[in-house]
Amino acid sequence: MRIRINGENREIPSAINLLHLLEKELKLEPLRVAVELNRLIVSREDYKKTIVNENDELEIVHFVGGG
Amino acid sequence: MSNNEEKIISDAWELGGKTFGSRLLVGTGKYSSPQETKEAVAASGAEIVTVAVRRVNLSDKNKESLLDYLDRDKYRILPNTAGCYTVDDAVRAARLGQAAGLSNWVKLEVIGDEKTLYPDVIGLVEATEILVKEGFVVLPYTNDDVVVAKRLEDAGAAAVMPLAAPIGSGLGLQNPRNIELIMEAVSVPVIVDAGVGTASDAAVVMEMGVAAILMNTGIAKAQKPVMMATAMRQAVEAGRLAYRAGRIPRKRYASASSPIEGMVGG
Repeated sequence: MRIRINGENREIPSAINLLHLLEKELKLEPLRVAVELNRLIVSREDYKKTIVNENDELEIVHFVGGG
Repeated sequence: MSNNEEKIISDAWELGGKTFGSRLLVGTGKYSSPQETKEAVAASGAEIVTVAVRRVNLSDKNKESLLDYLDRDKYRILPNTAGCYTVDDAVRAARLGQAAGLSNWVKLEVIGDEKTLYPDVIGLVEATEILVKEGFVVLPYTNDDVVVAKRLEDAGAAAVMPLAAPIGSGLGLQNPRNIELIMEAVSVPVIVDAGVGTASDAAVVMEMGVAAILMNTGIAKAQKPVMMATAMRQAVEAGRLAYRAGRIPRKRYASASSPIEGMVGG
């Protein structure tokens, strides 16, 4: 199924949870990022029970150097 | 320890209900490597360190994080909303920063102009109100306008952070009188943020009696950033001590340092 992550389309297996998406599909360290799902922040404890659906829009951010 | 040394070190200050020893806050942008960032931050003696919130680059195979280089037990990580031009974007970035860093502190920027990076102070006050209501400790980057500083304090800002000069300009303090007015007008800490170019600039700012300085480019883009970080730490300390010690009044004519009595041949 198709979702949008950080403004780009992406094909992912259907009915996976957010933790699986971050760790297995995107190879990200869940404790190093913050996630918005359809403009709402998902707290870390909810990653596992949050199912990603077709056409969902995700923003995945982290900290970089800045002033 | 001598009495004098004790007096010198007992100069802690409070921000957002926490106590800090260092009066130098540093940014982490523009360094050539995370290792250099780490060394410069350590040399600066800073306890509060700003970071930016940005999209993860999903095609980047290097999964290294800046946070791997910054000891969270040693530094308070302060996410900023740099690059945000609207209230909505700034509030959104602040919430994401909170989620990523598990802290409710934010260095709030709402930028109003690309060329100068001057703040959009109307948006800034509005975003401060929203985030304070959500429980954030808001540290707004603002211009050196006393009226805006008062509005930010009224909105619940934990400090006001007027610029010395435009971000990254290295021009040093452009309008000391305005900073004085702000210090008189607000009771929250005044932290001068942006525009410091070298150690003497930092000392000049601290000699005015502001609570602290936040800087990034002045250190990160120096020829030797780690050495400059040490210079800035010393300048902030020296400036602060000079403020506390109380400088002599400026006079137009000389006043001899040596006794005028007992001159040889007199």
